[in-house]
Amino acid sequence: MTTTLTPPPVDVSRELYGARLPSWGPQAVLAAGVAGAAVSYAAGANLLQAALIAWVICMGLPLWSVAVEGRRKATDRLVTTLVSSAFVLAMFPLFSILWTVISKGSKVLSTDFFTYSMRNIVGEGGGIYHALVGTLLITGAAAVISIPIGIFAAIYLVEYAEGNRLSRWIRFLVDVMTGIPSIVAGLFAYALFVLFFGEGVRMGVGGSVALSVLMIPILVRSTEEMLKLVPNELREASYALGVPKWRTVAKVVLPTSLAGIVTGITLSIARVIGETAPLLIIVGTTDSVNFNLFDGRMASLPVFAFASQRNPGIPPEFSIDRAWGAALVLLVIVMLLNLIARLVSYFFSPKGER
Amino acid sequence: MTSTQAPAPGRASVRRPGDRIFSGLSLSAGVLILVILAGVAIFLTVQGIPGITAHPDEVKSGKSFLPYVWPLVYGTLIAATIAMVIAVPVAIGVALFISHYAPRKLGQSLGYLIDLLAAVPSVVYGLWGIGFLAPHMVPFYAWLDEHLGFLPFFGPASATGRTILTASIVLAVMILPIMTAICREIFLQTPRLHEEAALALGATRWEMARLAIFPYARSGIVSAAMLGLGRALGETLAVAMVLSVGVGTVTANLIGSDNPSTIAANIALGFAEATGKSVNALIASGLVLFVITFLVNFAARSIVDRRKEFSGAN
Repeated sequence: MTTTLTPPPVDVSRELYGARLPSWGPQAVLAAGVAGAAVSYAAGANLLQAALIAWVICMGLPLWSVAVEGRRKATDRLVTTLVSSAFVLAMFPLFSILWTVISKGSKVLSTDFFTYSMRNIVGEGGGIYHALVGTLLITGAAAVISIPIGIFAAIYLVEYAEGNRLSRWIRFLVDVMTGIPSIVAGLFAYALFVLFFGEGVRMGVGGSVALSVLMIPILVRSTEEMLKLVPNELREASYALGVPKWRTVAKVVLPTSLAGIVTGITLSIARVIGETAPLLIIVGTTDSVNFNLFDGRMASLPVFAFASQRNPGIPPEFSIDRAWGAALVLLVIVMLLNLIARLVSYFFSPKGER
Repeated sequence: MTSTQAPAPGRASVRRPGDRIFSGLSLSAGVLILVILAGVAIFLTVQGIPGITAHPDEVKSGKSFLPYVWPLVYGTLIAATIAMVIAVPVAIGVALFISHYAPRKLGQSLGYLIDLLAAVPSVVYGLWGIGFLAPHMVPFYAWLDEHLGFLPFFGPASATGRTILTASIVLAVMILPIMTAICREIFLQTPRLHEEAALALGATRWEMARLAIFPYARSGIVSAAMLGLGRALGETLAVAMVLSVGVGTVTANLIGSDNPSTIAANIALGFAEATGKSVNALIASGLVLFVITFLVNFAARSIVDRRKEFSGAN
């Protein structure tokens, strides 16, 4: 009645797991890619071509996989390769920028470069003293304007607003403000100052106002996040001792979150110190040292780098070298500020929070 | 017995002057932010209107406002669009790599590396674009012209490499970090159970990403892309330095030597020499830029805000 069907012999391991590439497969392909790149580079290809050859060899992994493992696994391998190469691709400009700026900028660095201005200098020599002074003054004034506003606004959002409609709007518009183009901030400062000082106004403090427009939203967001991290028990303990609210905020909440707030301030300064466009509009540039924020044009590092590149004069190479030097100094300042911010948050944040 | 004064019930606390001053200060700081934002719009409008209504003879360009601003809007949109086409897939790939492909411990440090890109000032990007990228792009453009020249995008190639395509590549690098940061944050928020469920059903890692991560992260990806778009539209210096603007015609050629400028770059380059109504015209074009970026950012933030569990990634 029933013919006994003997099932055809099955390779159980293949059925359960499928064929697989050896576990060293991806590494082997990667090694082959690197080797291929090295060989072609030695044979006279430039770096870009060598990288391209390495990438093409790495794309052999999905092909190998489709032959051995089938389509689904091969797709997975293909995506893994693509995703990893996206990361490598994103690293390329970073290292290229660092390398270019350091190699071209370090040529001009010397004591003179930091202690001389560009006054009466044609051709070789001169330095960025005036631009350093201007950058520090303008950014410092911007910090003085922004820090109180930013911190108080964050205190309002966290401590006083209790989620009312005004605070929701402030929070939302602060987020939108982080996307304001920097040049629009510069135009705003110009349009504001032109009312008081007439057409063609150029003034250091105008640059500070423009930078504040860019800095305040960053500060508010970071400070707000930090204040939210302060545990409510601390506030309640303080209230229970009869401490008024404002002293609670000033003596308990702010000190607890101080490290985070300082980190936020440092990062926001790092963010605006490299801004060029607003300063180009409202501050302009000059060759002399100017210590007065309220009197006429000031130089600043980013605008100096821009102007030296843009109008190099004759012969151009000295000015362009100085542009790279200024860019290097600016880059070092920004990276240092970022490093300081990370160190502050690493060493001084409350230990339980990490 | 009851000599101690208990505070009257119903009143939370006595209003001390310190309290009043402090809450007043913080409220006014919050309101001041709204005032600043309104101020940006109002001052730009007030100073811009004379530029919009100016007679062609009164401005340096010799054109009335619309024909003047149209090539700039076109250049801005083209540069930003190409930057998006390049940057969005890379950003999603990098974010996926950091969040799900790289080893957990390594992921954090790799994220820092990407964040370093965000720290580079725009003038440095500009110098890099003009001093390194543009010269290196020249042979590539010549190749494009030779082999794909029948397409309208790849017309006669520029000899300096300072084309709108180069500017877009620089823009793409500049907007990569913010998009990566937001995408990464959202990918990491994918519910663990969804991922594990997909893997338990036998999905490969890519199928897991497609089944669990992307559906969950879709709105986040869209808003990240729009925030990047906002940055690309408003970026000034890098474009101003890299792009070589000739007559500034509206052209489809992406690798030519005569490129349409962008609004922001045009303001940065023209402001120093502008006088009279030309200044107002520049401010008016700035107003156009402000409105465009404000709308893009507004839309992006609205999408982010709808996801309550995700609070701002900056």
